[in-house]
Amino acid sequence: MVSSAISLSTVVLFLPLIGIIPLLLMREQGADGHGNENFKWMALGFSGAAFIASLVMWATFNASNPGLQFAQQIEWIPSIGISFSIGVDGISILLIVLTTFIMPIAILSSFTAHVIHERGRERLYYIFMLLLEFAMLGVFMAQDLFMFYIFWEVTLVPMYFLIGIWGAERRIYAAVKFFLYTMAGSILMLLAILYVGINAGTFSLPAIMELIQTGKLVFPFAGVFSTQSFLFLGFLIAFAIKVPIWPFHSWLPDAHVQSPTAGSVVLAGVLLKLGAYGIIRFCLPLFPQAAHAWAPFVATLAVIGIIYGAWVTYAQTDVKKLVAYSSISHMGFVILGIFALNTIGIQGAILQMVNHGISTGGMFLFVGVLYERRHTKDIAAYGGIWKVLPVFGGLSLLIALSSMGLPGLNGFVGEFTILMGSLGSPTLGFFFTLFATLGVILSAVYILYMYQKVFMGDVTHEENNHLEGLRWQETTVLVAVIVVIIWIGVQPKTFFDSMGPTVTQMAQNINSAASTVLR
Amino acid sequence: MENYPSLVTLILFIPLIGFVLNLFVGPRLGERLSSILGTTAAMLSFGVAVLLWTYLRGSGYESAVVNPPFLDGWIQIGSANVSIPWQLRVDTLSVTMMLVVTGVGSLIHIYSAGYMHGDARFTRFFTYLNLFLFFMLILVTGNNFLMMFVGWEGVGLCSFLLIGFWFDRPNGVGWKNSNAARKAMIANRVGDFGVLMAVFLMFWTFGTLDYYRPGEITNAELTGHETASAVSEGGHEAAPAEGEHAAAPAEGEAATTTEGHGTPEIAGPVFTDNEHIPTAQLGVFGQAERMVKENHQVSFGSFSLPIDTVLVIITLFMLLGATGKSAQIPLFVWLPDAMAGPTPVSALIHAATMVTAGVYMMCRSNVFFFNAELTSFIVAIIGATTAIMAGYIALGQWDIKKVLAYSTVSQLGFMVAAVGVGAYGAAMFHLVTHAFFKALLFLGSGSVIHGVEHGHHLAHERAHDAHGHDAYDAHGDAHGEEHHDDHPFDPQDMRNMGGLARKMPITFITYVIGTLALAGIFPLAGFWSKDEILADSWLKGFEGGSFLSSAGGFIAFVLLLVAAGLTAFYMWRQIEMVFFGSARSEAADHAPESVFSMTFPLIVLAILSIFGGFINTPSNVLGLENIFTAHNFTEWLEHSIVHAHAAPFQPGIALVALGLAIAAIFAARSIYGQGKSSHVADHDPLIDRIPSGGATIFGMANAKLHWDENYFRFIENPFNKMSQFLANTVDWRFWHDYFHDTVIGKGFVGISQILAKPVDLGIIDGLVNDVGSVVKWISNRMRVVQTGYVRTYAVSVLLGVVLVIVILILPALQR
Repeated sequence: MVSSAISLSTVVLFLPLIGIIPLLLMREQGADGHGNENFKWMALGFSGAAFIASLVMWATFNASNPGLQFAQQIEWIPSIGISFSIGVDGISILLIVLTTFIMPIAILSSFTAHVIHERGRERLYYIFMLLLEFAMLGVFMAQDLFMFYIFWEVTLVPMYFLIGIWGAERRIYAAVKFFLYTMAGSILMLLAILYVGINAGTFSLPAIMELIQTGKLVFPFAGVFSTQSFLFLGFLIAFAIKVPIWPFHSWLPDAHVQSPTAGSVVLAGVLLKLGAYGIIRFCLPLFPQAAHAWAPFVATLAVIGIIYGAWVTYAQTDVKKLVAYSSISHMGFVILGIFALNTIGIQGAILQMVNHGISTGGMFLFVGVLYERRHTKDIAAYGGIWKVLPVFGGLSLLIALSSMGLPGLNGFVGEFTILMGSLGSPTLGFFFTLFATLGVILSAVYILYMYQKVFMGDVTHEENNHLEGLRWQETTVLVAVIVVIIWIGVQPKTFFDSMGPTVTQMAQNINSAASTVLR
Repeated sequence: MENYPSLVTLILFIPLIGFVLNLFVGPRLGERLSSILGTTAAMLSFGVAVLLWTYLRGSGYESAVVNPPFLDGWIQIGSANVSIPWQLRVDTLSVTMMLVVTGVGSLIHIYSAGYMHGDARFTRFFTYLNLFLFFMLILVTGNNFLMMFVGWEGVGLCSFLLIGFWFDRPNGVGWKNSNAARKAMIANRVGDFGVLMAVFLMFWTFGTLDYYRPGEITNAELTGHETASAVSEGGHEAAPAEGEHAAAPAEGEAATTTEGHGTPEIAGPVFTDNEHIPTAQLGVFGQAERMVKENHQVSFGSFSLPIDTVLVIITLFMLLGATGKSAQIPLFVWLPDAMAGPTPVSALIHAATMVTAGVYMMCRSNVFFFNAELTSFIVAIIGATTAIMAGYIALGQWDIKKVLAYSTVSQLGFMVAAVGVGAYGAAMFHLVTHAFFKALLFLGSGSVIHGVEHGHHLAHERAHDAHGHDAYDAHGDAHGEEHHDDHPFDPQDMRNMGGLARKMPITFITYVIGTLALAGIFPLAGFWSKDEILADSWLKGFEGGSFLSSAGGFIAFVLLLVAAGLTAFYMWRQIEMVFFGSARSEAADHAPESVFSMTFPLIVLAILSIFGGFINTPSNVLGLENIFTAHNFTEWLEHSIVHAHAAPFQPGIALVALGLAIAAIFAARSIYGQGKSSHVADHDPLIDRIPSGGATIFGMANAKLHWDENYFRFIENPFNKMSQFLANTVDWRFWHDYFHDTVIGKGFVGISQILAKPVDLGIIDGLVNDVGSVVKWISNRMRVVQTGYVRTYAVSVLLGVVLVIVILILPALQR
């Protein structure tokens, strides 16, 4: 495992961090005396480089190997078994590419954001964006429980400032709430991590998995209230808050509504995925029996989230809050797929994470375009926008339809696979599928309501008649998102192939571990 | 000949290319080129469909499966044995649908070039039309249920786009249009929920979603049903073209497959049955047949169900889907509202093609429905009830398009009922003939509306002595709205019409032909198809085999017979109100005949409405079988619809139905004829004619039986209220504000204050102050390079990160 050469994963991970150095060294003022134009280009350049590097990694990724690839391990605190250890497998590869794809888009969308020009401090803004990317990539790559925890917490800091400095009216409240809420959850996770690490004598995830597979490390399981279940819940609550699983969602609308556009894009695009990823990475393989035992319960929360989230979404009058609430419903599908505990469900869940990142990120992008022009998020302030900006209306419709799960676009493939997995699941079954599928109707109800209110009808507000056309940055990010939407919708095989072997192996391990105890 | 099935790829890509071209360069092309582009795409597709038709005839109806180029599977999860490919199917059913969709589609493209002339979004209209063709063709050519679903929702999207085509009309009209669009999509989504559930259950029952696999035999041989028809067919003369198949007694029914872009290959030796194929390698229908035969138990995790029950559940979910798309009770309410779209759309999507998708799906799944007796009964009842209910509402409408919309709902009810009584062939037959005459009627109504609108403009101009204004060019913006007048004028209201027969002769004659065909007058198309459905229900009543299916047959027969009478009545009422008597408005008085690009499709469709029925004339009537081969169409379909069967002609039923239709026409003529059609608002001659209860009968129909109001009261409104309650009270005021901010937030602050006074101030504060002064010192130093409060934060964060990295790297460097 220990390798002296720098792996490609390390390059991807550190590119955003290295990008901070030139940003720190650059002059505050540009040649024209205004803010330095080059901050944003530098940030775009480094996040773009990370994207390209991650594409190379994906292209050279051996899809038939279920194990860890591009692994790098450096001893750190050997006395208690903590090491700098990263690697990529079928579960994380797509999420890493998602992260590096979303970040340049978020940065490019910041080019046109008036709030950054108004409040200034562009240097700091882009430093936080790059730091955030670094931390999120770290979460997806970490193969050491301790490192995972550090990266997990570090993601909070830049996001806290992004909301707190460049956010809307109640930004401080939202930022503090976001920070405290997530912190509170992760304290339980820290305890669980310490318990696991001390019992195993190492914090290295592959080593712990090895111990569990060989039976040398056993977390006693005797039902839903036993050591293993408590450990499972310790992790789960931290992740549940991040996802968020109903009813832990209360921070989400605040954070989204107050965050600047790019912050919302990253929040919906990647940050919410950290939680679901954590469940797949830790909760399932480390505590398979507990996962089995708790699956119907968590899946019930997921189904409630799907229906409740969609229902609540429909009543929103703030377009950003509407999109934020829709995430609760969408992420419910992801959790349902994970706790189907079969290959189909988990693969669907991972794909749906990518889909949600793309589609909801895209929704926030077009909401941002509207906000830049009218400086309001009130749905009633719009109407008939499709007539004024026909191209923008068309692009937005496509993104909205993808979020609604129109077949042929990405959202459908994920939802379909998850729902199919849930019906054939060893833990769930018909009624979970039946109620979750109702979400398909409800998502059409709120998405079409939003689209109609904003884009259709006659122009009722005179100001809307003179909206500025799309700028090139806006067109670029919307088109980039749409290309991926159609690609995944028509050819998801590429994506399923990347994750297939890893997920299959994991699902087998979980179910065999669970069945040995149950019988 | 062997390469022919591969052409099916073209039939999809041609409209797609038309769509893409019109989308990107259309606006620069101008009206003329843009419409030529769209129409050419539709007509080329029709050409391909015709080639596929000749292929099937020439190869002995040999079904083929084609993998389109460029695409590498679709939802393929190797590790979980999920394989749902992009795969196309050429068989008699799919080619029938292709011919109807592209044939009627081409005519409607031509018509639209005239009808949409001058519209601000002319190009976009053709863009949408081509996109619609693309999705509709995916729907009918897909070889698995999920591809069908792609088309199914895709046409739903196009329907949304086209109903809401005039979403920006002023004075709230645009809002109403977009409401109609949204309503259509949501009602359809409810149905889609059913389709999805059916698909999930199918997958876990059969492990696949393919209709049939390559190499499978798909005709009636499979079930041991006698299909004498297959032998009498024209396949004989062409079959020897393929040497190795001619030897096979099954007329070469084995499917061929095309791998990639190559030549289609015969997928293995030709057998007369599927016995040699393991169950798991069959498509859903083959497996279902076998499981039914073996009384298979299907296991779903912890419990298992007999296959019959599973099929009932699957088909019930499918039925829900069909009630959405094919506008049946309870989900039909979107279709009348869908008339907000331009009239060519009503003709193409909401009459001839898209709305028949539900019927297509059920006919495609005939194996399931055949083996699900309970569902079949429910299907028959729903179809027949819808037919009579919509027929009744139609006779109380004043809007020319609303009458046709309810008529469409009613006729779709006939088709659905036909599926319910097991007459899949008759359902498809009625689908085809209905496509002809209902498209004709809708296009005719468009021509009438167009004429009245122009008449309105002409009258208006004459009155105001306007000059230099070409009303013809400006009309495109005028549908369904009022430009110049202070008094609203509705060009679709039949009370504003009358006497148009002389003004618009071609429209008039073709409209009457369409009406007679729809009313089922001998020997026009509707007579044959409607009669076959009636005969089949009647026979089902006698030969149903069980109480349930007999009951279904009789109930359907009685309801449908009454519905047929209603059809003739409301259609002739329309003819009287629109074309006869004298003009009841200035607009109608000045209405000109439409342009040739609009009348030409009317003429073609009128010819089809006259002769279309002869594709499937029964065997024992007036010696027609000597001219047209008997049961031609049913036999053709038997190669893909296993349980399609031709019923013998029932002269008695035919005469009763015909007599009823003629009587209804005379009744309508006596009530509405000779200028009795009133243009007094809210008053219909029917009310005077039936002194007792006439007002009620008409009023209920006019109020559309209050479906919309009840939906609003019992579903929409509670849903909205609940949504508001959940969002504002439960989620925000309780969970967000009270629980989190008050209970947790304030509680935390309270505890911390208790801790703060004695604990903190005494001990910890001192410590923190020291730390604070250190930080202060550092920040003072920082201000030399950086200014501002938040930056300090940022730099300390950065320092922290750098510190972490140093700690990370140091141990490695030491070694």
